[in-house]
Amino acid sequence: MTLALVGYYEEWWIQVLKAIVIFAVALQLVPIVLIAERKLLGRFQGRYGPNRVGPYGALQPMADILKLLTKEQFRPTTSVGFLFAVAPIVSILTAVAAFAIIPFGDVQDIFGTKVGLYGLDVSIGPLYVFAFGAIAFYGIMLGGWSSGSKYSFLGAMRGAAQLISYEVSQALALVGVIIAAQTLSLTGIVHAQAGMWYLVPQFAGFLIFLVAGFAETNRAPFDLTEADAELVGGYNTEFGGGRFASYYFAEYLNVLVVAGITSTVFLGGWLMPFGIHPPGWVDPFVVLAKMAIVTFLFIWIRATLPRLRYDQLMSFGWKVLLPLATINALVTAVLVVVTH
Amino acid sequence: MWDPGEDVVEVQRSPAPGAGRDAWRIFRETARGLKTTFARVIEGPTTIQYPEEKVPVYPRFRGRHKLHRFEDTGLEKCVGCSLCAAACPADCIRVVAAENTAEHRVSAGERYAAVYEINLSRCIFCGYCEVACPFDAITMGHDYELSDYDRSDLIFTKEMLLAEPLERTPLRNEGE
Repeated sequence: MTLALVGYYEEWWIQVLKAIVIFAVALQLVPIVLIAERKLLGRFQGRYGPNRVGPYGALQPMADILKLLTKEQFRPTTSVGFLFAVAPIVSILTAVAAFAIIPFGDVQDIFGTKVGLYGLDVSIGPLYVFAFGAIAFYGIMLGGWSSGSKYSFLGAMRGAAQLISYEVSQALALVGVIIAAQTLSLTGIVHAQAGMWYLVPQFAGFLIFLVAGFAETNRAPFDLTEADAELVGGYNTEFGGGRFASYYFAEYLNVLVVAGITSTVFLGGWLMPFGIHPPGWVDPFVVLAKMAIVTFLFIWIRATLPRLRYDQLMSFGWKVLLPLATINALVTAVLVVVTH
Repeated sequence: MWDPGEDVVEVQRSPAPGAGRDAWRIFRETARGLKTTFARVIEGPTTIQYPEEKVPVYPRFRGRHKLHRFEDTGLEKCVGCSLCAAACPADCIRVVAAENTAEHRVSAGERYAAVYEINLSRCIFCGYCEVACPFDAITMGHDYELSDYDRSDLIFTKEMLLAEPLERTPLRNEGE
C-alpha cells in the first residue's frame, strides 16, 4: 500500500544534499529569528533590545547558545531519565522534519540537474505537517511529565489540551484551501494561486489558521504552556543547558514552520504579486521575505496581547474558532461545487 | 431613613453580549493594541545608554562634596570649626583642627582642619554640611559615580576633597 506519493523523484544523493542544506538553513534562520524577536520586542516596548554583543547586538544569540551549551547537565532526582533526555530531541526532530516540506521554489535546473527547492513534495502536504505537529506535542508532554515537577506537568497538560483544541481548527482552516486548490501537494497549492493568492478568497481561513498557529507554536497570547508568571516556565522548568536550548530552538523553528506554511498556502509561496515573473533563483528569497513578514506578525502580536486565561483559551478554541473554521470549509465547498 | 443623596452614581455597564458586537469589539480592541505597540516602534527607544550617555544633572544636584580654597591667596576656606560634623545626620564627617602659625599658614582663619575626612559610604547626600558651613568651604559637587571595590577607599581625605574633581558628569543648561 502506498502511504504517500512523491510529486517529483530525485536521485538519492540529491535527497541527502537537500537534507543537509535544509538543516543548515534552518539552523541559520533560528538565531536570526531569535535576535530579530528580542530586538523588535525591545522596539515595541520603547527600548533598544540587546546591543552589547557584537555590532548592534547581532552576536547575542550566539552568546546565548554558547552559554546554554557550556552549562552543567543536570536533572531532578524525581525525573524519568530516559524520557527526560529524549523529550527535547523529539521536539527538535519534529520541527526540522516539518520544515522539510516548505517549498522554497519550483523544480529548477541547477548545473544540469533538476532539483526541487523543497525537502520533499509529498502528495499529503498539510497532513504531513499536522502529523509532525502532533508528534511535536509529545516533546512537550513527555518533557513536562518526565521532569517529575508539578509546574512542568501543569504546563504540559495545558499544552496537550491546547494543541488538541487548536489543531482541529487549524486543519479545518486549511480544508478550505485544499478544496479550492483540489490538491494536497504544497507545490500544487502554490501553483493554484497563480491567479490570486488564497489570502483574498480564503481570508477567514487565513485568520483562523494564523490564530491557531499562534496556539500551535505556544506563542503569546497562547503561551499558557510556559506561562512564566504562574508556572515558572511550564514544561521546560526543569530543563537546563543544551536540553533547554533544544526546546528553545524547536519553539522558534516551529514559528518558522508556521510562517512557511502560511506563506505557502495563503501568501502564494514563491509567486510574486502583480504578475511579476523573476528568474528561478529569486524564488527562495521571495518565500523567505514572506516568512519574515509572518514572523514579524508573530512578534508584533506577542508584544501586544496579554496571555489568555485557561477557560478563555478553551472557550475561544471550541466556541469561536472551530465553528468559524467549519463554516469556512462548508462555504468554500458549496462555492466550489456551484462554480464548477 | 438615610438618604445617600448625590453620592449614588449610576453603574455604567458594558453593552449586553451579542456575538457580532463582541467579535467586532475584540477585533477593534486588538487593532488598537497593535497600533499602540507599533507607535512605540515609530517613536523610537527612550532608553539612555548609561555609561556612554548620561543624563545631565541640575546645578543644585547634590553629589560628592568639594572643599574650596580662596582663589586669590590659595588658602583653604575651611577653618576647622566642625560645624559640618555637628550638622551631619549620618555622622560621616571627621574634623581635627590645628592652629595656624606664621610659618605654617593653611587657612585664612585662626585655625585649620588638620584632618578632614568624609566617609562617603555613610553619607546620605543631604547637604546639611553645606548649609552649616559659615565660610562656604564645603559644597556639594555633581559627581555621583562613587562605587569602589573597598569600603576604606570611600573615606575621602582632605586632599581628595580639595583636588579638582574629574568632571564626569554633564551639567544641565539653563532651561534644559
